Amino acid sequence: MWRTLRDLLRFNRQFAAGIVLLGIVAAFSCLSFFSPYPPNDSFVVPPDVPPSWAYPMGTTSRGQDLFWLLSFAIRNTLLFGMVVAILSRALALVIGLVAGYSGGLVDRALMSINDTFIVIPLFPILVLFYFVMRDHMSWGLLALMMACLGWAYDARLIRSVALSLRTREFTQTGIFSGMSTRQILVEEHLPYVLPILFSTTMNNINWSIGLEVTLSVLGFTDINTPTIGVLIYWANQHTALVAGIWWWLFFPVLLVVMTFIGLFLLAVSMNEHIDPRSRLGRS
Amino acid sequence: MSGALLDVDNVVRTYSGGLLTRRRVTAVDGVSLRLDAARPEIFTIVGESGSGKTTLARMILNMIAPSAGTIRFDGTDLATIRSSRARLAFMKRVQPIFQNPFESFNPMKRLDRYLFATGRRMAGLSDTTAIADAADTALRSVGLSLAEIRGRYPHELSGGQLQRVAIARALISKPALLIADEPVSMIDASLRASIVNLLRDLRDRLSVSIIYITHDLATAYYISDRIMIMRHGKAVEAGDARTVLDDPQHPYSQLLKQSVLSPDPQHRTVGRQGGSSHA
Amino acid sequence: MGEPVLVVSDLRAYYRTSAFGIEREVRAVDDVSLTIEANEIYGLAGESSSGKTTLIKTIAAAIQPPLEVLGGSVVFNFRDRRVDMHGVDRQHLDAIRWKNLSYIMQGSMNVLNPVRRIRHAFVDFAFRHIGKPMPLFLAVVREHLERLHLAPEVLDAFPHQLSGGMRQRVTIALATVCRPDFIIADEPTTALDVVVQKSVLAMIHEIQRELGSSIIFVTHDMAVHANLTDRLGIMYAGRLVEEGRTADIFRAPRHPYTAHLIASLPRLGDSAPKKGLDGAPPNLAEPPSGCRFHPRCPRATERCAREAAPMASLAPGHRVACFYPEPERSA
Ligand SMILES: Nc1ncnc2c1ncn2[C@@H]1O[C@H](COP(=O)(O)OP(=O)(O)OP(=O)(O)O)[C@@H](O)[C@H]1O
Ligand SMILES: Nc1ncnc2c1ncn2[C@@H]1O[C@H](COP(=O)(O)OP(=O)(O)OP(=O)(O)O)[C@@H](O)[C@H]1O
Ligand SMILES: [Mg+2]
Ligand SMILES: [Mg+2]
Repeated sequence: MWRTLRDLLRFNRQFAAGIVLLGIVAAFSCLSFFSPYPPNDSFVVPPDVPPSWAYPMGTTSRGQDLFWLLSFAIRNTLLFGMVVAILSRALALVIGLVAGYSGGLVDRALMSINDTFIVIPLFPILVLFYFVMRDHMSWGLLALMMACLGWAYDARLIRSVALSLRTREFTQTGIFSGMSTRQILVEEHLPYVLPILFSTTMNNINWSIGLEVTLSVLGFTDINTPTIGVLIYWANQHTALVAGIWWWLFFPVLLVVMTFIGLFLLAVSMNEHIDPRSRLGRS
Repeated sequence: MSGALLDVDNVVRTYSGGLLTRRRVTAVDGVSLRLDAARPEIFTIVGESGSGKTTLARMILNMIAPSAGTIRFDGTDLATIRSSRARLAFMKRVQPIFQNPFESFNPMKRLDRYLFATGRRMAGLSDTTAIADAADTALRSVGLSLAEIRGRYPHELSGGQLQRVAIARALISKPALLIADEPVSMIDASLRASIVNLLRDLRDRLSVSIIYITHDLATAYYISDRIMIMRHGKAVEAGDARTVLDDPQHPYSQLLKQSVLSPDPQHRTVGRQGGSSHA
Repeated sequence: MGEPVLVVSDLRAYYRTSAFGIEREVRAVDDVSLTIEANEIYGLAGESSSGKTTLIKTIAAAIQPPLEVLGGSVVFNFRDRRVDMHGVDRQHLDAIRWKNLSYIMQGSMNVLNPVRRIRHAFVDFAFRHIGKPMPLFLAVVREHLERLHLAPEVLDAFPHQLSGGMRQRVTIALATVCRPDFIIADEPTTALDVVVQKSVLAMIHEIQRELGSSIIFVTHDMAVHANLTDRLGIMYAGRLVEEGRTADIFRAPRHPYTAHLIASLPRLGDSAPKKGLDGAPPNLAEPPSGCRFHPRCPRATERCAREAAPMASLAPGHRVACFYPEPERSA
């Protein structure tokens, strides 16, 4: 595992670039812990100051220091992406492995649920969800909701791998060695699925951050927790671009784009490197 | 019941061809066989490809259920085995050996894992040294030792060694019956001889009965006590191995015997014009 | 006799792995040279893990890490083109595959996609090359399957619904339906009963004769070699140790390993115990010095431990890598 990572860093440009980009973003988000201001206080600094030594990213029309505010926002956004990814990976993993391993009726039942989730339109559902929940809307709730919507495609992928693992003889050897179903899934099959899990994690984080930003910009989320999307939402509310306060939009967008590219590079390079075909043979 | 170890009574197994093809396939069609508890033997099944040998083996291993007929092991009907405890107790007495030694173990995992898991779950040992001892004893009975195997991965061993590890694993729980589905078809003649000798030795020394499925009539002749020849899901001929193979009665058995290729380039039976008649 | 169809010279392919800073090299193919003529079936036999599969993987340029080709060349002379397998790009290789060269992998019955019907495998691989409209194409496939004693219904089955032998025949059908110039087959008949095996071998032989194509046929079943192949190469521990006409090798094997192999052949009706080879199979990560067979060889001397014998011609068309070959026996 660590060796793979080291080799990747050393030999794979894309991977290294991705790590550097994400490293910068992550380091920046950690700065939020040292912020002199709580994120939701406004008018703590003079409004509408362009980037300068005192305020490296300028200040907003609401009198917030964008540098510190952005560190909170990116932290929340990253956290959001990770929570969604972890929850939806867990769902995809359990459902994919169980469906593939059990086969028959269980498989058919799980996969028909799965297919329903693949075809339902995400965006309207999320908007609807917002209107239903309205006052109770929070970031955690949205993450949960998106996790519930984001597992289906990958579960199918994992299931198809599990399906072929089930027919391999070593699964039978496991059964006749007295291993429990859980043990077989976790110890025998999981290693084959991990590469898929890793690369889909990156894609999933990207997807959920993208969706969250879109929803926030349109105001369909909890606008009191600063995330990148919420920041952009407020900037639009104050017609920042028209007023010439470009930095209010520029820095959030820059950070999101860096995150996207970083994750994308990681996903691509991992996909190449951990191609199961080169690992699953007799080696 | 008088000591039958395994009593397969008129079993049938059909597969429905899935959603699109409505045709049903009868893989095993009324096969009966009986192994005696008092007299361990090697019972060989040969037959046409697709004649239901693997299906029969999987039913005896209780991996799939018969569509009709009953299988009793030690007097218990396999259909009544439901709870996981009963299943463990059954698997303890009946163990499989698979065809492809390279596929029998997870290539990403160490081999000793399977040995230790079997020791813990199947032989009911809890003490690590006792488990290691049991694994070592089993490995020694196949001519290996735990010291050689410990910590190694499947690709570090040869096919023959792996197949022996597979057999050793099956022996840890001291089973009464081994089901070996084409255990030697992936390995070369020299290793094949040693595995086949090993099976015979297990029967004599450890009194294990073995159901040996193969396409290799030469080894079948050499090690088996009784033989059954299958075709289209039915047993077309069964009896004492030497008698049947020396003088097959059923036309298919005769065809089978005739089709064995002779390891002798001067008696080619696969059509060949010119070329290799020896000078 | 024209130009050889395949020339392999000094081929060397190792599995190179590095784990925790320790480099490990498995020398699975070491300095193998051979040529194959048009219209010839060349058999390859040898112990398990002697590198047979690795050799033909390198010949077919189906190389994936950790396998690396360290030297030598593989050159095919197909009817319409000449291809240096390791000097040519991917696209070229794809153009050759299936049409000129088809490769039946070992255990390929386990590589059929478990979630797709057999029909799709045929469409994916062969449709383009046969160049007929779909109904005609399927008719060709059905007819071909029939020659392999398979019912046309297998086209609609999923791989797990077929028995081992049926899947193996499906892969043979896949590899032969386009009638390629050169067929490489790795243990294609191990899961078949003798009756079917015989007719499959007959079919392979018939296709070969019809088209004048060449075949490399790998199997450890010496009876198959005796019945099918024209020439035979014997591998031991990554090296070719003997090569000659099949009849000659069976009649008078010259390398001590081959001699053992031939002597230990099981025959129907034998009930005398056969002995396996004494000693452990060689570890290809640290092969024995000199001749790799010497630790297990009854004829070995000190010289064998020091230097490896090169392949030398003992008789026309019969090469052996041994300093002290078995004496020539007369038939
Ligand atoms: N899961 C399944 N679904 C549908 N049909 C099946 C399934 N498994 C096996 N069959 C069919 O049952 C028949 C018997 O198969 P089986 O695997 O028992 O044969 P076998 O005697 O072991 O053959 P081989 O010697 O080739 O291994 C075949 O016709 C096969 O197509
Ligand atoms: N992916 C791999 N990584 C490392 N070593 C490998 C790998 N694949 C094969 N080997 C090793 O290379 C050697 C040659 O293997 P190969 O599969 O070519 O043998 P073979 O002659 O085809 O044997 P068999 O008759 O069992 O198929 C063996 O020692 C094997 O352990
Ligand atoms: Mg079978
Ligand atoms: Mg091989």
